[in-house]
Amino acid sequence: MLGYALRRLLSLVPTLFLIVTAAFFLMRLAPGGPFDEEQAVPAEITANLQAAYGLDQPVLVQYGNYLAGLLHGDLGPSFKMKDFTVAELIARGLPVTLSIGTAALLLAVALGVPLGLLAARRQNGWIDHAVMAVALAGIAVPNFVVAPVLALSFGIGLGWLPVAGWESGSVRHMVLPVVTLALPFIAYVARLTRGSLLEVLQSPYIRTARAKGVGSGAILRRHALKPTILPVVSFLGPATAALLTGSLVVEQVFGLPGIGRYFVQGAVNRDYTLVMGMVIFYAALILLLNLLVDLLYGWLDPRIRHG
Amino acid sequence: MAEGTNSLWGAAWRRLRRNRAAVAAMGVLAGLLLASLLGPMLSAYALDQVDWSLSPLSSPPSFANGHWFGTDSNGRDLFVRVWRGTQVSLLVALLATAVSLVIGVAWGATAGYLGGRVDDWMMRFVDVLYALPYMFFVIILTVVFGRSLFLIFLAIGAVGWLTMARIVRGQALALRHRAFVDAAIALGLPSHRIIARHIVPNVLGTVIVYATLTVPQVILFESFLSFLGLGVQEPLTSLGRLVAEGALEMETAPWQLLVPSAVLALILLCLNFLGDGLRDALDPRQH
Repeated sequence: MLGYALRRLLSLVPTLFLIVTAAFFLMRLAPGGPFDEEQAVPAEITANLQAAYGLDQPVLVQYGNYLAGLLHGDLGPSFKMKDFTVAELIARGLPVTLSIGTAALLLAVALGVPLGLLAARRQNGWIDHAVMAVALAGIAVPNFVVAPVLALSFGIGLGWLPVAGWESGSVRHMVLPVVTLALPFIAYVARLTRGSLLEVLQSPYIRTARAKGVGSGAILRRHALKPTILPVVSFLGPATAALLTGSLVVEQVFGLPGIGRYFVQGAVNRDYTLVMGMVIFYAALILLLNLLVDLLYGWLDPRIRHG
Repeated sequence: MAEGTNSLWGAAWRRLRRNRAAVAAMGVLAGLLLASLLGPMLSAYALDQVDWSLSPLSSPPSFANGHWFGTDSNGRDLFVRVWRGTQVSLLVALLATAVSLVIGVAWGATAGYLGGRVDDWMMRFVDVLYALPYMFFVIILTVVFGRSLFLIFLAIGAVGWLTMARIVRGQALALRHRAFVDAAIALGLPSHRIIARHIVPNVLGTVIVYATLTVPQVILFESFLSFLGLGVQEPLTSLGRLVAEGALEMETAPWQLLVPSAVLALILLCLNFLGDGLRDALDPRQH
């Protein structure tokens, strides 16, 4: 198991290297420099700025410096938010993004799996139809519609919850963002679980258990549950990537100071170094989380790690 | 289409017509398309015309003043803006899907048919791009190349082809050892002709199904970008932009949020139903 984990970890290095290289040279393709302003700036000032950020050196030297910096966890300075380095901005925003992301993921599994099991146990009953209809709506209605509508009804209409701000992570401020973020995943997990359980219940070893006279509750707990949640586990990898994408919107709507907010700000301001650094960080985060999910999967299903 | 395939497509069409949800979705989509094309002509107002006779400028939906969907905070008619926004969203979706279709089918069919080391490298490239969510790629591309409408669908199309390439590659891999491909090789046809004449037509069903499912994804992408302020820019508008603008005013003018959101949700829902219906119709084996 440890060897398998190490092998997988090493295989991330070339992927990450390619992403860094692509991001770096793509940013150099951009027309115009990072210091192009509305009004003309004297040539000496531009030259000084270029020198200060090392932009007067050959591109390959810049690339080498960037790679060397990366090895020390240095993603360079932000061109537009002058007092901050990219790493500082990430360090500030990451706790916020991670807490709402983790909470949303837990909520999605805690609600989605039982709902899916329930729907499958009562296949074609009204619970099944209701759960699947809600699941379809949860997938079709995008989160940037859900977020304002929830804020409008629960925040402003009913006045139960605050609609914006973070207040260093108070639970009341987290409810609406987390629910918004989690809704499509609850829906998806419910659909996955339902389909998976229906399939597992067809397998021969379940029939054997039934023939032995094992009750349906015990079949579910002892035999069917573990294989049923395998597809859910493998969905967690893509889900973390989608959660990070979703948090771009959620942080924007609810005014949360997470990394998604800085990333979008950087993109709007065309802050090259910030966007590049953030993308590299996102890529590393997603690759690592995917690896964790794969390891979890290998632990649940030994056929994978010896395959 | 050759005569021999008529029965296949005919049967698929019959199966599709039996699927009530898919037929209803097609009807609603046709209605929305018609409304988006004709709607702006029916109103007395233009896209960026401010109705100064209103006070306040933001008016709720009303038949009396001719603003059937109300106006936005600048006094511009929402009926016109919503349908023009729908046009832009649909246009971006169709063009971006076409771009991703062309790249994805060509890439996947080539990798799958040639196989071996070429296949390894081509799919390794796809895997690396897969490591990042599409949205992040599209955002990088908008940062690098600016935010014109043309670039947005190009950027979305340029990253949207990955899944298509994987699906087509899988099918091409299965097709390349079939007898009719062997026959074509024996006749001395070059690889690119075999791919174009024998591989691609045989994966078309799957491609159509996946393309129908790509269109709503692209609409979502575009709306998502526009919502964040990275997509379509003034004076043009899109559904995502309208939703974003409406979200800012939801306390005082909820219609500004609800009307474009409803149109967007309806389009997405219908396209999903249609895609599911097509999948069942074109590939009954999956069920």
